[in-house]
Amino acid sequence: MEIINFTPLSATIGGALIGLSAALLLLAKGRIAGISGIAGGIIFPEKGDVVWRVIFIVGLILGGFLYQLLSSDSSEGLFKGVEHIQPVVGTPLLILGGLFVGIGTTIGTGCTSGHGICGLARRSPRSLVATLTFMATGFITVFIVKQLLGA
Amino acid sequence: MTVVSKALFRLFFALIAGVLFGLGLSVSQMIDPAKVINFLNIFGAWDPSLAFVMGGGLLVNAIATPLILKRRQPIFTHMFRVPAKSQIDSRLVIGGALFGIGWGLAGYCPGPMITSLSFASTEILTVVLAYVVGTYATKWVLFKIEQVNQIEHQKDEACVG
Repeated sequence: MEIINFTPLSATIGGALIGLSAALLLLAKGRIAGISGIAGGIIFPEKGDVVWRVIFIVGLILGGFLYQLLSSDSSEGLFKGVEHIQPVVGTPLLILGGLFVGIGTTIGTGCTSGHGICGLARRSPRSLVATLTFMATGFITVFIVKQLLGA
Repeated sequence: MTVVSKALFRLFFALIAGVLFGLGLSVSQMIDPAKVINFLNIFGAWDPSLAFVMGGGLLVNAIATPLILKRRQPIFTHMFRVPAKSQIDSRLVIGGALFGIGWGLAGYCPGPMITSLSFASTEILTVVLAYVVGTYATKWVLFKIEQVNQIEHQKDEACVG
C-alpha cells in the first residue's frame, strides 16, 4: 500500500475543533448533533427549533469563509492555500452523490459527524454499525470507480 | 438575564459552534473532496488523514462528553436528549450503506458540502441542491409512512373498542 499526502497534524487539530464544536452544542442544547441532523431539521422542519439550526449552518459557512481569508498561498502550516480545491467529478456524479448522501443520512439518521464522531465518543453500538457500514460502502464505491472503471 | 439577552446568547452559542465546526473541517482539509476520495481509496494510493480527523474529534468528545453529562441540565434547556436507542435495525444499515455510496461517488459528506458553500461555485450549489432534494424526499416519505401507521394503529384500537 502506498501512502500519499498524509497530514496527521492538521487533521488531528481540525478534528479537535470539530469535537469542541460538538461538545459546545451538547453543553448548550443538550443534544448530540451531527450535521445531517441539524440540516435535516431545516430542510423538512417538524418542530419549532429551526432558528438555532439556521444560525449554526450560517456559522459553518462563515467558518469556511474565515479559513479562506486566513489561508496563505503556502502548502505548509494550518492555513494552507485553497486554490487547488475543486470537485473531482462531473455534474452527473455530483447530483447522484448529493442525492445518495441526502437519502442515506436521512434513512440512517446520521453522517460522519453524528455517527462517526459523536456517536462513537459515547460508544453507541448503533453509531459503530453505521460508521462501519458507510466506511465499507465508501471504500467499495471508490474501488469500483477508481480501480475497475479507471476514472 | 433578560429573556431577550438569553435568546441572543443562545444563538451566539450556535454561531460559535458552527464557525468552529467549519474551521475544523477546513483546517483538516476535509473540504477538499480529492483528499476524502484518497482516504476512501484504501485499495490504491491511500491518505489516512480522515481517520485522524475522526480521532481528534473523538478524543475531545470522549473527554468532554462525560464531564458535560455530569451537569444536571444543559445551559439553555432542561434536559439532555441523548439518543437512548441501542437496537440495530435494517434501516440503520441500509441508510449507512446508501450514504457511503454517495460519499464515495462525489467525495462530499454533509459537513464539508455545506462548508464548501463558502466557495460559492456552481458545482457546490449542484451537489448541495441534490442533497437537499434527497433529504426532503426521504423525510417526506418517512413522514407519510408514519402517518399511515398511526391511522392503522387508530383503526386497530377502534376495532378493539
